[in-house]
Amino acid sequence: MPRREDLHKVLIIGSGPIVIGQACEFDYSGTQACKALREEDIEVVLVNSNPATIMTDPGFASRTYIEPLRLETLKRILERERPDAVLPTVGGQTALNLAVALAESGTLDRLGIELIGAKLGPIQIAEDRLRFREAMRGIGLELPRSTYVRGLAEGGAALAEIGLPAIIRPSFTLGGSGGSLAESESQFHELLEWGLRQSPRGEALVEESVLGWKEFELEVMRDRADNVVIICSIENFDPMGVHTGDSITVAPVQTLTDKEYQRMRDAAIGVIRKVGVDTGGSNIQFAVHPDTGKMIVIEMNPRVSRSSALASKATGFPIAKIAAKLAIGYTLDEIPNDITRETPASFEPTIDYVVTKIPRFAFEKFPGADSRLGIQMKSVGEIMSIGRTFRESLQKGMRSLEIDRYGFDASSLSDAQLREQLREPGPERLWRIGDAFRRGWTLEEIHAQSRVDPWFLNQIRELIREDEAFDATSDLRRAKRNGFSDRRLAELCQVTEDEIRRRRLEQGIVPVFKRVDTCGAEFKAHTPYLYSTYEQECEAHPSDRPKIVILGGGPNRIGQGIEFDYCCVHAVMGLRQDGYETIMINCNPETVSTDYDTADRLYFEPLTLEDVLAVVECEQPLGVIVQFGGQTPLRLAAALERAGVSILGTSPDAIDRAEDRERFADLIVKLGLRQPKNGTARNVGAAHKLAQRIGYPVVVRPSYVLGGRAMQIVHGPDALEVYMREAVAVSPEHPVLVDRFLADAIEVDVDAICDGRVVVIGGIMEHIEEAGVHSGDSACSLPPYSLPRYTIEEIRRVTRMLALELGVRGLMNVQFAVARDQVNVLEVNPRASRTIPFVSKAIGQPLAQFAARVMAGKSLAELGFTAESEPDHISVKEAVFPFVKFPGVDTLLGPEMKSTGEVMGIDREFGRAYAKAQSAAGMGLPDSGAVLVSTRDEDKARIVEPVRALAELGFRILATQGTARYLSERGIRTETVHKVSEGPRNTAELLTRGEVDLVIVTTRTGDPEAVQHSMAMRRAALEHSVPYFTTVAGARAAAAAIRAQRAGDIEPIALQDLYPT
Amino acid sequence: MSPASTSAYLVLSDGTVYRGEAFGARGEGEGEVVFHTAMTGYQEILTDPSYAGQIVCMTYPEIGNVGTNPQDEESCGIFLRGFVVREHVDFPSSWRSRESLQAYLERHHIPGISEIDTRALVRRIRTQGAMNGVLVHGEASQEELVARARALPSMAGRNLVDEVTCREPYRWDQGRDWAPDPAPMPRYHVVAYDFGVKRNILRNLVNAGFEVTVVPAHTSAEEVLALQPDGIFLSNGPGDPAAVEYAIPNVRKLVGKRPLFGICLGHQILGLALGGRTKKLRFGHHGANQPAQDQATGRVLIVSENHGFALDADSLASNSELEITHINLNDRTVEGLRHRRLPLFSVQYHPEASPGPHDAAHLFSRFRKLIEGQRAQA
Repeated sequence: MPRREDLHKVLIIGSGPIVIGQACEFDYSGTQACKALREEDIEVVLVNSNPATIMTDPGFASRTYIEPLRLETLKRILERERPDAVLPTVGGQTALNLAVALAESGTLDRLGIELIGAKLGPIQIAEDRLRFREAMRGIGLELPRSTYVRGLAEGGAALAEIGLPAIIRPSFTLGGSGGSLAESESQFHELLEWGLRQSPRGEALVEESVLGWKEFELEVMRDRADNVVIICSIENFDPMGVHTGDSITVAPVQTLTDKEYQRMRDAAIGVIRKVGVDTGGSNIQFAVHPDTGKMIVIEMNPRVSRSSALASKATGFPIAKIAAKLAIGYTLDEIPNDITRETPASFEPTIDYVVTKIPRFAFEKFPGADSRLGIQMKSVGEIMSIGRTFRESLQKGMRSLEIDRYGFDASSLSDAQLREQLREPGPERLWRIGDAFRRGWTLEEIHAQSRVDPWFLNQIRELIREDEAFDATSDLRRAKRNGFSDRRLAELCQVTEDEIRRRRLEQGIVPVFKRVDTCGAEFKAHTPYLYSTYEQECEAHPSDRPKIVILGGGPNRIGQGIEFDYCCVHAVMGLRQDGYETIMINCNPETVSTDYDTADRLYFEPLTLEDVLAVVECEQPLGVIVQFGGQTPLRLAAALERAGVSILGTSPDAIDRAEDRERFADLIVKLGLRQPKNGTARNVGAAHKLAQRIGYPVVVRPSYVLGGRAMQIVHGPDALEVYMREAVAVSPEHPVLVDRFLADAIEVDVDAICDGRVVVIGGIMEHIEEAGVHSGDSACSLPPYSLPRYTIEEIRRVTRMLALELGVRGLMNVQFAVARDQVNVLEVNPRASRTIPFVSKAIGQPLAQFAARVMAGKSLAELGFTAESEPDHISVKEAVFPFVKFPGVDTLLGPEMKSTGEVMGIDREFGRAYAKAQSAAGMGLPDSGAVLVSTRDEDKARIVEPVRALAELGFRILATQGTARYLSERGIRTETVHKVSEGPRNTAELLTRGEVDLVIVTTRTGDPEAVQHSMAMRRAALEHSVPYFTTVAGARAAAAAIRAQRAGDIEPIALQDLYPT
Repeated sequence: MSPASTSAYLVLSDGTVYRGEAFGARGEGEGEVVFHTAMTGYQEILTDPSYAGQIVCMTYPEIGNVGTNPQDEESCGIFLRGFVVREHVDFPSSWRSRESLQAYLERHHIPGISEIDTRALVRRIRTQGAMNGVLVHGEASQEELVARARALPSMAGRNLVDEVTCREPYRWDQGRDWAPDPAPMPRYHVVAYDFGVKRNILRNLVNAGFEVTVVPAHTSAEEVLALQPDGIFLSNGPGDPAAVEYAIPNVRKLVGKRPLFGICLGHQILGLALGGRTKKLRFGHHGANQPAQDQATGRVLIVSENHGFALDADSLASNSELEITHINLNDRTVEGLRHRRLPLFSVQYHPEASPGPHDAAHLFSRFRKLIEGQRAQA
């Protein structure tokens, strides 16, 4: 059946900011969908609040709305754009939920707009556990026993019916958020209460636990002619009980016979037909009892998912792209397989390698968070690795994680701790299994504790045997075939990595590159999507074109995420315009950069020196670009250069000059600039002396970090003492930096581009939160909304001086602190920053593309980009945090970055733009109601103005005692409420009862007691979804935004209306 | 993987030598080297008589994961001559496993080779076409092995059915393990020609409501009709269909007498009996992911296939009563055939799966309906 002729304009809903459970996989799928529809001359309208995505580049849709993913906003966009259909299946759970809301509110019917990809009925069946269970029963499939609970009162009956252990899952949440396991009765009631709160509908499912069963996933696609294919089968290394997003997973399935696999395949086909998804893809999860083979269905996602992104990368079959084509009416047999070209998409990929996905966690960012894994997802990113055997694939994956581990290194845990960590999996369980084998524990014992399938355990056992026995006389080729890194082998032989490398090359042991081709080599592959392995035949077949390697960013983590992938993709786009062949190396399966369609050639490889050098040796590029992938490639720059690789753009020496604080201080002096007093300490004693000289408070941090890892503001010698012990442990090779902390300063971020002669400012961003909050966590405004003109001029002047002095070729980010009208330079990063995509969207210029082309030799004059753009609209960026996933963790912001994602609000005026950004971040501001205020003494004077503004807008003002008195004395009518420690009618209670609509709470961050006291209030605000502000500046901006939204409806704006594309 | 491993060689007739490690039974094998792209089901492949005379290379690298078990056998033994894998796993994990792959191959005297670049081998076969090879354990002169490989007879023209067919007729009454519905009544009698039949075909016939009598490949048409069957089934099997000379006239005599259903080699023999020709494919189809499109409905079935020969579409075109019902979307070869007037149909692919998808399992019921239709007319 050819495509439908009645669809001319389709609206695609994106997934919004990166949060745990919804990351850049939906930029990958959304971007593919945009491309697939535009290929068909369909006009695409896109809505997504996340500016760091490729899909929101104005070139990918006809109309691009970077607007809040809220029902009201969507309605207005639909009313204005009048698309023929909405495609809700490529934007994760967010898009699906919005589509359901649009349909249920009658908007779609009223406007005559159709849902394509998945209709309302199938979505409802798949999402509603009860209806899903009924549907499954109808086709003879079982689910775990379960029952719905719609209030605490129904808890007892549910417990009696299901028994313990039981799983409690709130309805309609993403990433299994709020789901938890109850093993005792009291725990059951406690978790049920929490679960009901998490659900937007106050509803939770209580379910029989199938902990320890084998877990599988199938990626299924179906077209409107009812052709169904399985794209990929995935087996979870971690059995049932660990969220699949937090599990190590392997493709294809390893421990099912064909009979069992086909039964599962039949079931999956039955499920997709019964639920009724008829033009798209679904992910279906199964659990299998390890001893009896009993199979049950766990769930079905009627949309593309994180797993489908993984499956696409694992097989070379682009699920989202094909799903988009199916949604507009094509059938699978009408769509060609891009890789083989001669065969159609109506087949099932077969692979001749093993794919491993390993999640990346960030518990170090959230002290106090429970790091045990369960059915609520906690990982922030993932890597994928490809090897010819499971062992090779696993070990390549371990070194891809970028946690400075290159193999199964041993731990010094006690046996008891080890046993506990086997039983209650944490982020390091894989290594714990290795430890257990190393200590001679039996496979049976380890299986009994971990429930990991013996097949996987045996593979690890073999690796540990080899690891333990390896020495200078061992078979190096065999070790390489089993995935051992040079670095690990060097540790085992107690020699340098270079030495192992030298021996390896001497013996002619080098990797070859094989292709991912969907078909196990049955047909010729036309797409250079490659992975390394130690075999005989190499299929890389490098071209003799001039080529450039771009190093990607590796796994998403806090501080390094989609923004850098955006830059890498733009580097490809830019270099391609200048005729270069582009070669991408990356190991993050969620990304657009690892779409084989992005760069000319894709090497799906770990970003380690060894693996990058192997590609470089094979390809012989003109050079390598390390500027765009964040800290990961930067860390490799010096070693790559030493190995004779040409690093394009700003020289590694210039990078070092900016990053090394001693050299940087010299630079500042030379240019006559200002920076906060600072110094470098290599031991505890020196740190104390230094802090004394500089004067408290000081900011302390290890050198060479991204995302403010281990950065703290320290207010006195005792706190410094504690910090030094921890910090030195964090980074033993690097000293600790101590800077004077400029309290109450305004921070400013500048992104600029330089070709060595000309410097062009990309954007100047004024932070909303004052100094002390990490720039990645702070909201900001472009252009600055409060700085005087002369300060902005000074910032421009300093930026230009720095870029020219450092000889920057490409991008540069400078952070300033403006205090008492003086411009201080905090740091300079001669590379792509996290804000590049935001700035690019705000000014309508592809900065990363320009930068890549400059690095390859073009001048800014040649690119026609010689003057700073000064847009007449305001863009506000706001950060999005994962606190809700980590019960008991404080939401207070500080110099260590904690946000996972960002949103953007664009409008003609600051208040409106800020209101949009808040709404997009899930903190939609109220128009009226009650404000709860509690501030530290230092802030009291400055809080008066915003609180007075709110009072004038008709808000009731509630405040804790000290604050209330201060406000009342200044003529603001204020009601006094208790602090949490002061008994009933306290702040947390009011929040719980829904009597508060907005919270302003600031705390002395240097005072642990004060922080502790106010934490309950912050958590309560978070858990009850009440917008809260922990800084005066934030409160001020909120007041401005509320005034703006009260002044009139805030209209969505398409990027294409702001600047010509 | 064990340090005490012995080396092994796989040598192709074009002179390519792969050195790897020995596994399975110590020994050697000769035959046509083909590759199979299914990721599961190595035991079914090992025990499928259609691989007689072949050395099979699995494209999926980890083989042995789930061991072997008595239920997944497709025949009483292993007829292929050698087994080639990238990674031989000698630590199975499956609740149904009774014997490791290593022990299973030893018991059936089949040599294997592992630790070779199987993808390179597959690419060679893909570009050069299927060719003969010799698999040996231990050290050997490579020139000699190449010479031996070159001296092997071509698969074209080889009748291998005689090696695998049963000696005596027998009844089969066992159904599939996982059958959702009870077999329909009444039971019809089907006589199944055993050209190398897979047990799952027989099981599916039972589940479709048949009493099954399996007869040796040589059984004459008269002897078959004397068994008073309601329908006749032509099974899969190894080698060149055109070389099974006695079967073609037998089948020709049965055409129109009773409803006929053929699978794989049985489909090819039926095509030959109806005046068509077969041709040898470059490297054949051996996998569980092949797209077979129903020409009447446009529907695509994902099917299991295992054949080195195929009916030539042009040779069927002259007979206007024949209809090509299915084609393979990858290379547009003939995948199914029916007669517009006479009660017969056949498919090149394997509706019984094992290994592979069950998308075409309904064909066994269709055979039953064909018989019912005939009886209603009679």
